Amino acid sequence: MPFMPVKFNLQKRVKLAQGLWMLYWFSVIAGILIFSLGIFFKIELRKRSEMMDNNESHLVPNLLILVGLLACGLNAFGGKVCHDSLDPIKFSKWKPMLKTYLLLCCGFNVLLVLVSLLCFLMQFSVYLTLAEGLSYAIRFYKDTDTPGRCFMKRTLDMTQIEFHCCGNNNFRDWFEVQWISNRYLDMSNDVVKDRVLSNVEGKYLMDSVPFSCCNPGSPRPCIQHHLTNNSAHYDYDHRTEELNIWTRGCLEALFSYYSSLMSSIGVFVLFAIILESVDMAGLKYLSTALETMAEPENPECESEGWLLEKGVKETFSDLLTKLKTFGRTNQVEGGDAPEANT
Amino acid sequence: MAVGKVTFSKVEREKLAEVLWLLNWISVVTGTILFGLGLFLRVEIHKWQEVMSEQGILYVPDMLITTGLAACCINFFGGKICLDCADTNKFLRWKLVMMPYIICTFFFTSCVLAGALMCYGIRSQMEESLFMGLRNAMRYYKDTDTPGRCNLKRTVDLLQIQFQCCGNTGYRDWFHIQWISSRYLDMSSSAVVDRMRSNVEGKYLMDGVPFSCCSTFSPWPCIQHHLSTSSTQDKQSQQLNLWRRGCRQALLDHYTGIMQSIGLTVLLIWLFELLVLTGVRYLQTAMENVLRLGDPESESDGWILENSLAETARSNFNIIKNLGKCYQVDDDPNINVPTQVQVPVTSYFVPETRTKT
Repeated sequence: MPFMPVKFNLQKRVKLAQGLWMLYWFSVIAGILIFSLGIFFKIELRKRSEMMDNNESHLVPNLLILVGLLACGLNAFGGKVCHDSLDPIKFSKWKPMLKTYLLLCCGFNVLLVLVSLLCFLMQFSVYLTLAEGLSYAIRFYKDTDTPGRCFMKRTLDMTQIEFHCCGNNNFRDWFEVQWISNRYLDMSNDVVKDRVLSNVEGKYLMDSVPFSCCNPGSPRPCIQHHLTNNSAHYDYDHRTEELNIWTRGCLEALFSYYSSLMSSIGVFVLFAIILESVDMAGLKYLSTALETMAEPENPECESEGWLLEKGVKETFSDLLTKLKTFGRTNQVEGGDAPEANT
Repeated sequence: MAVGKVTFSKVEREKLAEVLWLLNWISVVTGTILFGLGLFLRVEIHKWQEVMSEQGILYVPDMLITTGLAACCINFFGGKICLDCADTNKFLRWKLVMMPYIICTFFFTSCVLAGALMCYGIRSQMEESLFMGLRNAMRYYKDTDTPGRCNLKRTVDLLQIQFQCCGNTGYRDWFHIQWISSRYLDMSSSAVVDRMRSNVEGKYLMDGVPFSCCSTFSPWPCIQHHLSTSSTQDKQSQQLNLWRRGCRQALLDHYTGIMQSIGLTVLLIWLFELLVLTGVRYLQTAMENVLRLGDPESESDGWILENSLAETARSNFNIIKNLGKCYQVDDDPNINVPTQVQVPVTSYFVPETRTKT
């Protein structure tokens, strides 16, 4: 008893072939989109790899690029098969390959499911890498003369300006690090010397933030120094002042950007999975409809198409027995002797 | 003596009509491109409109938008006409419309050329507008509580950050204006009062710049205040701390670049339109000559102008003069002439007098 049989006459077969050909080309476009999304994601990660201490995992974008290329290839082949299916001579070329092709498509669908899962799960890894990377970035902000870190200041400044954020979790992270290099501190000044000596590790700490934390939307010129000292500025209360500097932390800002990117890519891959499954079902119907034609010479005859030759349970049990016998053929010594006797 | 005379056989006429149909459809596409370019320019100017003193610059993108729309309509219509022109019977339908259509297209093509030239010519006007606009913007930088100007601070800050510039011509422009509002100055402090009194207009001037002038490329933390008296760094290295370029120059370069590319594209579109117009003119004259000869299968001549340029100009001028004359009936020398003068035109009045008696 075939699973989900459908009767086809010539008109229906032609319509199915044409519709399926269009659908395969849509799937090729979807594959190209997945490929470009993978490249875009890779570039975005590379742009800010300094914020992640160059430790970020490129697994997801690499997989997306691979899957995109595979999708293009498989779907283009499927489109070609559909295009040739109405001509029996051309179709007979492709007939023997169809079974392997459908199995490949199944495996590809499983890969797509895996990629989609990774898109959602790897966000945790991105969060942890960002947290670690940003704390290093703030610490190495002042090291503009150390090779390998000389652009950290510029990258962090541009990130804070672009993402409207300040510090790791909030602006107070800047109070805990020395972000002005000793090269630019006047060590002969008493105030400076006092401050350095009063700190356990000899760091020059102050309650100030870099200029990139300033909010251009603030109605008053930016206050970046003596932030917690109300008396240092006229008409200033640091508890109620909200617009002066960015209050969001860069960890939250960067993570929300990357997580929304990864989530949208994950949703698009799910959509691609649905598209691929529909393609596979359509191709199975088309190939079975063409195979079961009662009179191969007469194109007008009716035929039947199905998804599975037997019911779902029977197909599964068949598959299991096949796997078992496949396992058994590897144990030649056990089975061979009694068979040779009979 | 016709200008640009070419002889067309029947097959050549049909081919010309087909080619022109295709070219007209391509012109519809270029018309949409023109429209898109105008729209893009308008959006770009609108983005920084607050720092421009006059809105007259908007006539350039508006001109491009209108010519783009006109191009789409005219060429769409032209495609239809050219398709029909291959057949002499169908051409009869369009015969009277063709000449006005060609004149319209010629006028519209000159508008396209004007648009392209405007793109190149607007630089000086833009520079003037930016100079005045930026000067006002910097002056009203502190007025974040005045309705209508409360966003200027944000605009100027974002402008300086994005275009990596400071001030009008340079960072010293900020030294001449009070950019900190009096709301945030402690009037009870003697230092503040002294500084304000020492200035003729009572303004609080200082040798400091807003934070948005700070350069992100500088290796050390930004120094924005006491710029003239800094002792810890040398004067030379100080220059790298702030953006060195003036915002007027930065914006001018940005817009000039955009307008030059747009101008070049519009010039190319103009050349293409001119080509299409010439083709349509040849087709029109060839088809009219075929009708005049009476034999649809015969060869016919096509030209750009029937007589030489000077004669055509003279005859057109006479037509315009006579157009003016038909409104001035009294000056006609042939009316109210006494019958002794044997002028053939007076015979017009004879039937009237006959019927009277």
